[in-house]
Amino acid sequence: MSKEYETVIGLEVHVELATKTKIFCSCSTAFGGAINAHTCPVCTGMPGSLPVLNKQVVEYAMAVGLATKCEITRYCKFDRKNYFYPDNPQNYQISQLYLPICRNGGIEIETEQGGKKTVGIHEIHMEEDAGKLVHDEDGDVSVVDFNRSGVPLIEIVSEPDMRSAEEVIAYLDKLRLMIQYLGASDCKLQEGSMRADVNLSVREAGAKEFGTRTEMKNLNSFRAIARAIENETNRQIDLIESGEKVVQETRRWDDGKAYSYAMRSKEDAQDYRYFPDPDLVPVSISDEWIESVRAKQPELPTEKLARYQSEYGLPEYDAQILTGTKKFADIFEAATEICKKPKKVSNWLMVETIRLLKENAMDAEDIRFSPVNLAKLIDLTDNGTVNSTVAKEVFEAVFKEDIDPEKYVEEKGLKTVNDAGALRETVETVMKNNPKSVEDYKNGKEKAIGFLVGQAMKAMKGKANPGMVNEILKELLSK
Amino acid sequence: MSLTSLTAKELGKKIKEKEISVKEAVNDTLDAIEKKEDKVNSFVTVADKDALLKKAEEVQKKIGEGTLGGPLAGVPIAVKDNMCIKGLLTTCSSKILEGFVPSYTAEAVKNLEDAGAIVIGKTNMDEFAMGSTTETSAYGATKNPWNLDHVPGGSSGGSCSGVAAEECVCALGSDTGGSIRQPSAFCGVTGIKPTYGTVSRYGLIAYGSSLDQIGPVAKDVTDCALILETISSYDRKDSTSMKREGLDFTSALKDDVKGMKIGIPRDYFGEGLDGEVSQAVKGAAKVLEEKGAVLEEFDLGLVEYAIPAYYVIACAEASSNLARFDGVKYGYRVKEYEGLHNMYKKSRSEGFGTEVKRRIMLGSFVLSSGYYDAYYLKALRTKALIKKEFDKAFSKYDMILGPAAPSTAPKLGSSLDDPMKMYLGDIYTVSVNLAGLPGISLPCGMDKKGLPIGLQLIGDCFQEKNIIQAAYAYECTREYRHSPLSDVYQVGGRR
Repeated sequence: MSKEYETVIGLEVHVELATKTKIFCSCSTAFGGAINAHTCPVCTGMPGSLPVLNKQVVEYAMAVGLATKCEITRYCKFDRKNYFYPDNPQNYQISQLYLPICRNGGIEIETEQGGKKTVGIHEIHMEEDAGKLVHDEDGDVSVVDFNRSGVPLIEIVSEPDMRSAEEVIAYLDKLRLMIQYLGASDCKLQEGSMRADVNLSVREAGAKEFGTRTEMKNLNSFRAIARAIENETNRQIDLIESGEKVVQETRRWDDGKAYSYAMRSKEDAQDYRYFPDPDLVPVSISDEWIESVRAKQPELPTEKLARYQSEYGLPEYDAQILTGTKKFADIFEAATEICKKPKKVSNWLMVETIRLLKENAMDAEDIRFSPVNLAKLIDLTDNGTVNSTVAKEVFEAVFKEDIDPEKYVEEKGLKTVNDAGALRETVETVMKNNPKSVEDYKNGKEKAIGFLVGQAMKAMKGKANPGMVNEILKELLSK
Repeated sequence: MSLTSLTAKELGKKIKEKEISVKEAVNDTLDAIEKKEDKVNSFVTVADKDALLKKAEEVQKKIGEGTLGGPLAGVPIAVKDNMCIKGLLTTCSSKILEGFVPSYTAEAVKNLEDAGAIVIGKTNMDEFAMGSTTETSAYGATKNPWNLDHVPGGSSGGSCSGVAAEECVCALGSDTGGSIRQPSAFCGVTGIKPTYGTVSRYGLIAYGSSLDQIGPVAKDVTDCALILETISSYDRKDSTSMKREGLDFTSALKDDVKGMKIGIPRDYFGEGLDGEVSQAVKGAAKVLEEKGAVLEEFDLGLVEYAIPAYYVIACAEASSNLARFDGVKYGYRVKEYEGLHNMYKKSRSEGFGTEVKRRIMLGSFVLSSGYYDAYYLKALRTKALIKKEFDKAFSKYDMILGPAAPSTAPKLGSSLDDPMKMYLGDIYTVSVNLAGLPGISLPCGMDKKGLPIGLQLIGDCFQEKNIIQAAYAYECTREYRHSPLSDVYQVGGRR
């Protein structure tokens, strides 16, 4: 490569909103259900049916807009995007083109160099999702399932402000976390509740004009996004280097094969004939409405990060991990509220929870245990009911099955034995069975005591109070 | 005499007073339809007799119990075939909706049913309400009861011919660019297009969504006021439905126009208006003046832009509204095709008629990238300017008076070859839809050929009562003329 190139990236992110009902009718947005179980005349596009806007969709869109410092469009409209496809029951999608609800915002991200940079948000608009075609593998029949038809989406369109895969991931991470905190969506890439299309072009370093861009679709994980960006950057540079031109087109990423192929070129691009939907009245957004949404806005990641450090005295690193997923932050706050021991809660999350998540290849979102049970376990450990070894064992059960630690310890007989008489008896037996170690200790090999403590704990099935075992051993050994 | 020669109010009264039963009203209506349908072809579908008689029994029972006491209880009514009714074939007079039976009922129809009215059948119309003659129906043309060689007007031609032929006492129509008022004029009956947003569009199969309104067709102003009062409601299911006051339209049935200011647009009486129509409408104005109304001629302005603006907007919306008829989910699908695209293309090519395809193409064109600003956006701006012209007029007048159509009903087969000429026939009606205003059309005379002439009164938004009152006062000076298909037709009857 003789020249230096710069990659220019903009993103179109679709997020499925967490409303209970669809955007233009009162059908459930619940996942699953028999084919066409969650449908009505409106979301199946029956003649004579009319859309009625779900107010919660506007509020979620506004919440995301406010969190990303967008201007809220006081008079916004819905437009029809016309195209024929069987998953689109009206053969037009209700979206927003001319007057989207949010414009001109931005998200601040940390760059690889450790600096800060703002990725501009061009607009956020509301729209409806399409249904799904179910193809019969044997026959030549396809069935249309409209359960997802009319599920509300917002599309967040960034400016072409990103220059690397790392910046893209940082932006997506920040955006996802923010939306999760707002409760507007669970933002799961794999399940499709968050989808990102990457618009990418390359240009010679220092050039003012943008190069010709391509749009990449079918990116189902952060890893796929990073790989696709690298691959597409190289593909475009190769084309330019060999004197060819980059064609403006939509490409589809195949993550298994780690390559992309052209879906349609600009020439094939459909004319969507957008026009304002006459079935919906314009949405007038008052100052009062904006303020009421702002007032309901929860504490966002950046604010939480600062508060965890100042209020709970957590190190920055720990606070970052805890605020890094909404689930962690929620559990941390709820458990702390109950047991009033923020550092201990933090510790259980930072060490044992993360270890178990890794072992089970789970994400924080998959955590099922309740903060109450973590708080109970912390109290049990603190008051000496269980020792730290037993506590880890109990926690695994909490993690896996969300058991009540108090009952569990009781039923399994895991309470720490604090009975000095019983302990003394055990220690004496251990000493009798391990004369060599006793001898070693007496000859100055102090490490030998560790072995004896271990044997005593083992004999007590781990339930012994290790401090007391130590004390008794030392006492008997010094005789 | 058939009961269908009565007005809805008269029939309702007889039912209420137990002079006749609901069953008799239904049977009489079915008999009238059977007797006359061969001649006029007003209906696409007549409801199943057993089902109707069962419903008649239910309504009769409720009347007996006193739970249904309204003036329309037990009155059979016909409904234009673009309104969905649960369990009843709904075709929009198009092949593409072949076999389509909705699982829901249009709100306006539901309001009627709640009042005890009985839907007797679905009336013929121009395919998807596109046309002014009811000749574009896939189920054959409807004839004008006054002269079977002439068209009834359109697109609510079946509703108007049904009332004029006295196959039924009243009907619902829909009006996007004059589709209630023009056929009412051609058939010698009365029809109202209410203010946009007054009657819910839920269940009305859309043509031009921003212009469509459902309204009544009947023998007189009283029936129209009564039906409009019944079907009007705020409906959450229709985002364009309005919470509004003054829906007690029957309270405006007063024979009094003293001091009412009526504007007469000079532009409505210029070139293109038939001399006899002009004379009859001016005569009606004179009658109102004699009764104490204050008339004044004025220049409305922008009249010549109404038709192009209307056709651009209506066709643009239609091109999108009719996209859902694709052979995938319901209605007509070709038997043989290769792949999805071909199935769409063939089903739609065969399922839609010529006029509908013309308008879909026109609408698709004006929304295309590169043309949107020049056509669609310009048409929207024109629409806003037309509304301003009306606002100016209504700052001076209580209503505007003019003809409903430039001529009386043309002969069958004389219109479709020249669509531009046909479109120009909508000159007096489309601006009312563009501005969202209420309008009423009622008979004001006959031409030498023996065809009815219609008078149109246009009110300001939400001011239906003004035009209802003036129309009622004018009507009080005349007697209803039954058409030749009526049992009580009188050759050369008065006026």
